[in-house]
Amino acid sequence: MYAILIAMNYWPLLGVAVVVAGFALRANPALVVVVAAIVSALLSDMSIPDLLALLGAKFIDSRNLLVLLLTLPTIGLLERAGLREHASNWIARMRSFTFARLLIGYLAVRQLLSMLGLTGIAGHPQTVRPLLAPMAEAAAEKIHPDIDLAERERIRAFAAATDNTGLFFGEDIFIAFGAVLLIYGFYEQNGIVLDPRHIAIWALPTAIAAFVVQSIRAIRLQKRLRENASPAGGRGRAAGAGEGGILSKHNHPHPNPLPPAGEGENRAAIRRKS
Amino acid sequence: MTMIFRVEYVYWLCGIVLVACALRELHAKRFAHAAFWGILAAIFLLGDAVKSAAAHGSVLPQQLAGIGVIALGLIAGFLRRAPTEESTSDHERRAISASRLGHKLFVPALIIPFGTLVFTLLQPFVHAGGIDQLGRAEATLLALGFACVLATFAAMQLTRSSVGNAIAETGRLLDALSWAALLPMLLAMLGAVFAATGVGEAIAHLTAAAIPVQSRLACVLAFAAGMVAFTVIMGNAFAAFPVMMAGVGLPLLIGQHHAGPAALGALGMLTGYCGTLLTPMAANFNIVPAALLELRDPNGVIRAQVPTALWLLAINLLLIWFFAFP
Repeated sequence: MYAILIAMNYWPLLGVAVVVAGFALRANPALVVVVAAIVSALLSDMSIPDLLALLGAKFIDSRNLLVLLLTLPTIGLLERAGLREHASNWIARMRSFTFARLLIGYLAVRQLLSMLGLTGIAGHPQTVRPLLAPMAEAAAEKIHPDIDLAERERIRAFAAATDNTGLFFGEDIFIAFGAVLLIYGFYEQNGIVLDPRHIAIWALPTAIAAFVVQSIRAIRLQKRLRENASPAGGRGRAAGAGEGGILSKHNHPHPNPLPPAGEGENRAAIRRKS
Repeated sequence: MTMIFRVEYVYWLCGIVLVACALRELHAKRFAHAAFWGILAAIFLLGDAVKSAAAHGSVLPQQLAGIGVIALGLIAGFLRRAPTEESTSDHERRAISASRLGHKLFVPALIIPFGTLVFTLLQPFVHAGGIDQLGRAEATLLALGFACVLATFAAMQLTRSSVGNAIAETGRLLDALSWAALLPMLLAMLGAVFAATGVGEAIAHLTAAAIPVQSRLACVLAFAAGMVAFTVIMGNAFAAFPVMMAGVGLPLLIGQHHAGPAALGALGMLTGYCGTLLTPMAANFNIVPAALLELRDPNGVIRAQVPTALWLLAINLLLIWFFAFP
């Protein structure tokens, strides 16, 4: 073991330190990542031309991660035409569609689709921002009509978290894609040949656990909203539904569930980070 | 057979959208923004030329792309969101439009997921243009590209908007995302650099050297903690898995403590996913949505995921302990 420790070059680990320090100091994350890559490469005795070629090649290889860009024209046009207002009104009118049912239903669908390998059909730009988040906010407003901005943001974040949970803990069960093949390939290279189905089956208990944990959290969040709502002058559960929908009766500073064009404070927070 | 449909077309389309947004920023005299989206557009449009040049032994284009990446990192700190005036009339206009169009508004939005689904499922049967020859990941990307184009036309038709409106709206959303849009690509690049410079092996060696190898419990805990920690650092459980398996999983848990490989592999990977829920390095899942949902706290999504991640981590540990050692 000692000999191995000597032979290894541990200096590139400083790249990890750069990332940690950069995030801790709230430097611009894009800059932090680029600097970390350069530090790690230079400390591994890579020449500068090789370093530049490595950065360029690997960045080009990851272009698939920005294809979400192509969803933006549709989402932008629909938002301008009132998509989020409509999604929110619609949920507000439907009495039986509670906050917890909405999120648990979405979670179930997302997880089942991931299990079939259909991971790309939902996601943060395609479904969470235009549909799930405003619906979740409207469902929360049915319980507690006067929720503040902080609570709204927690609900939006919970919607995004539900999408991630459904995706991550569904996809491992699909045999022909991603994680299972990586595990299978790793073992194969090391002389252990397995049936991919045996790997996938072991992802099932955690998948069920993920569904149960996230569902319980959705129910508890709904319960907390109810508890916060009831002391506030008896305007509890029934309010918000029915007559004319949410938007017409709200004149407080945040009439729109998810203001599309920047509110001052949102911007300030993001700027502080950058 | 020459392939007519290639996944590169999707990247070129992204490049064209980025050029349009860069020109829009140039017109508004926001030069840092124009340069940022312009460089990115060049990388999308020329990426395949760069790759084929490298395949023919010329690395200069790759090096120029590398300089472009560094420039993107430097410019990122100067991006500021355009001042937008959200007037009450805008809000009223949206409310009126929402009640006029009603459920029709959902149609273009749903074309994206369901179009992707249908195109993905159809591809094995479409023999024109070599679509049936594509790999699964490429097929999904191409299907997403098709669906997005179709959805954009449907949205323009429905809302009676011009291409100009579509570009303006794209620019508005891209401006809201800002550098967060780029972070997933940069982090994937960082992961590849870490892999190329041996960061993974170094961490695996340190972990393996630090644990009392005779104790099964210590090995399980080190393996799980290593999967989570390395996933948090790399932002990706796929990067952590081979490293921790090679360092701890294979030699210690399977070799010495006789763990079942199938269960350990699956549960180890899922333990890494708990780390993915916790890290800003998994930007496309955690930071991009915070920007998309306009949360004041960039770590808001991570905060919402902490309880889920910790519960699932505990459950995974128990599953490994009771079921991975037959």
